[in-house]
Amino acid sequence: MYRYDQYDQAIVDARVDEFRDQVERRLSGQLSEDQFKPLRLMNGLYLQLHAYMLRVAIPYGTLDSRQMRMLAGIARDYDRGYGHFTTRQNLQFNWIKLADTPDILARLATVQMHAIQTSGNCIRNISADQYAGAAADEVADPRPWAELIRQWSTFHPEFSYLPRKFKFAVIAAEEDRAAMRLHDIGIRLVTRDGELGASIYVGGGMGRTPMISHLVRDFVGSDDLMSYLEACLRVYNRYGRRDNIYKARIKILLHEIGADEYRRQVEEEFLLVKQLGIDPPRAELERITAMFAPPAFDPAAPDAVDRSDPDFAVWLDQNVAAHKQPGYAIVNVSLKPIGGIPGDADADQIALLADLGAAYSFDELRVTHAQNIVLPHVAKRDLYAVWRRLTKAGLAEPNLDLITDIIACPGLDYCSLANARSIPLAQKIATRFADRQRELGELKLKISGCINACGHHHAGHIGILGVDKKGTENYQLSLGGSGAQDVSLAKITGPGFSEDGVVDAIERVTDRYLATREPGERFLDTYRRVGFEPFKDAIYG
Amino acid sequence: MRLLTGNDLPTGDVVWWTGSGWSRHVEDAADVGQEGEAILRREEGARRVNVPYLIDAIATPDGPRPAHIKDRIRALGPTVRPDLTLRPADPAAGSWVI
Ligand code: HEM
Ligand code: SF4
Repeated sequence: MYRYDQYDQAIVDARVDEFRDQVERRLSGQLSEDQFKPLRLMNGLYLQLHAYMLRVAIPYGTLDSRQMRMLAGIARDYDRGYGHFTTRQNLQFNWIKLADTPDILARLATVQMHAIQTSGNCIRNISADQYAGAAADEVADPRPWAELIRQWSTFHPEFSYLPRKFKFAVIAAEEDRAAMRLHDIGIRLVTRDGELGASIYVGGGMGRTPMISHLVRDFVGSDDLMSYLEACLRVYNRYGRRDNIYKARIKILLHEIGADEYRRQVEEEFLLVKQLGIDPPRAELERITAMFAPPAFDPAAPDAVDRSDPDFAVWLDQNVAAHKQPGYAIVNVSLKPIGGIPGDADADQIALLADLGAAYSFDELRVTHAQNIVLPHVAKRDLYAVWRRLTKAGLAEPNLDLITDIIACPGLDYCSLANARSIPLAQKIATRFADRQRELGELKLKISGCINACGHHHAGHIGILGVDKKGTENYQLSLGGSGAQDVSLAKITGPGFSEDGVVDAIERVTDRYLATREPGERFLDTYRRVGFEPFKDAIYG
Repeated sequence: MRLLTGNDLPTGDVVWWTGSGWSRHVEDAADVGQEGEAILRREEGARRVNVPYLIDAIATPDGPRPAHIKDRIRALGPTVRPDLTLRPADPAAGSWVI
């Protein structure tokens, strides 16, 4: 894992001191809320419906046990005993007091964490494949590149006031586990003639105008990466629509001028930027890469797993993924117990995950964009012990990528921008389909409480959007989205539903799927084969 | 009736204007009537409550009930965590919210 050097630590510590002073001035009344709001947002502190909310960055979703334990401690000492893992691999605390925030940030800084650039029109926390360093299908570990981008983008003066927020995702496998194509810039590491480089995709995003990114350059070598990204951002910074918040994201720029014209301008700018010498020497990427060296796997670790406990076998088949190292496996810890709150974990659960990471996963944990946790490097001989401990803590729901593994944003229970609640709906759906979920197979259901699409509903095999219909909650259903390598945007079915109505409508959709699917087809495959109409008929017919 | 509400500066808690100060309980909220704008501006100047704003509400025998679902949820707390609302011991406390 990456370790801060003296510069990283110094800027994070300095930021804590600066914010402490700003908070004091706000509490004493020297600063008005209008003056203070941009300052607190730069430190991840939002004001939500019931309290302040602190969003803590988890760079590329990777953290160690000490950091995870710190999050548990903060939940316990400063919040109401829990946290919410988000689709951008971050953690949100829902009940933070303003006066405590500097102390919380100071504690986070002791474990090399912060809340910088988790809000505002800057380059946000870089997300990545949660299986990085463990996946059999990756060409390299994407995290050193993500870390390089983190360093380049941290406090980048030119990109602190972009037209709008800016989100990166970095992957290095064919399978896209990070919704890479739905980010402002998505990067896929590839090799060409034995050299590692990046394919650059630009202009994806969700929100009110969802778009899939365009391939802008198929190969950028590591010696040119920073210059190329700088050029991508400069063209956006120059032409992005600062006059209209709904048109300010880079996806709109690409849509308006076209990917070819954008590419032409980026290439032109790149030639200028390249002369500035901002690309770090290769030794820097090598220094970072060395910190992500594979852990000391036991080459003699046995591959066999005793499947005689049937409940364990179900979990094994659903939540455990193949590892590149023989004798090891990737464990997905579901934060989606049936009827629970998607993505929430209480302090004891977070602390347990920290312990399991330390004992069984070479001290590493990951947060996934589907709001689950990953133990990336578990020896197969330890799987049963890990499962037993997860089971006791209510963390062994065997539902990865099934209909009850729902992504849901906080919605109207917490969020001041929401139109409708997301969580109670997720709970109802999970409860309704719990006994059928395995029969239905892979089915990604995603719920957002408003058009901002924090819950990725555009990318759901089934997506649900909460809308406000004359003061009552209403839900729009959409079908056929995907955030994976087979990326697509979901299509709205028609008129919306009440909360119970939308659960019934989903049942009509899944019934139609079961009646029409061919052997081996997932819901999405059937949908793509037979098209939208049969499902629409099933819903409204 | 019209209510004035906002979030307490140090804690972020939802608060309601009572006529003489701020309370965490919507039952204590006072009808600000025509005075709303003036109180709002004065309280904004005092810098103790964040983003105060005026809402419509309905008077009931149990106290004022905000017209919009968002403010009803603010008055109670997250509907999915009854244990974290203002009256965790009373399962019926939120019966009017949704
Ligand atoms: C609770 C406070 C939150 C606020 C105020 C908020 C606000 C927003 C806004 C305004 C957008 C739209 C941006 C745009 O289209 O330009 C957005 C997008 C998004 N948010 Fe949030 N959000 C919140 C929580 C969350 C949470 C909890 C998650 C994860 C579960 C999340 C993940 C995202 C994602 C993935 C997007 C889509 C990014 C895109 O458009 O490309 N946000 N958010
Ligand atoms: S989608 Fe809307 S309701 Fe949900 S967290 Fe984002 S801004 Fe809030």
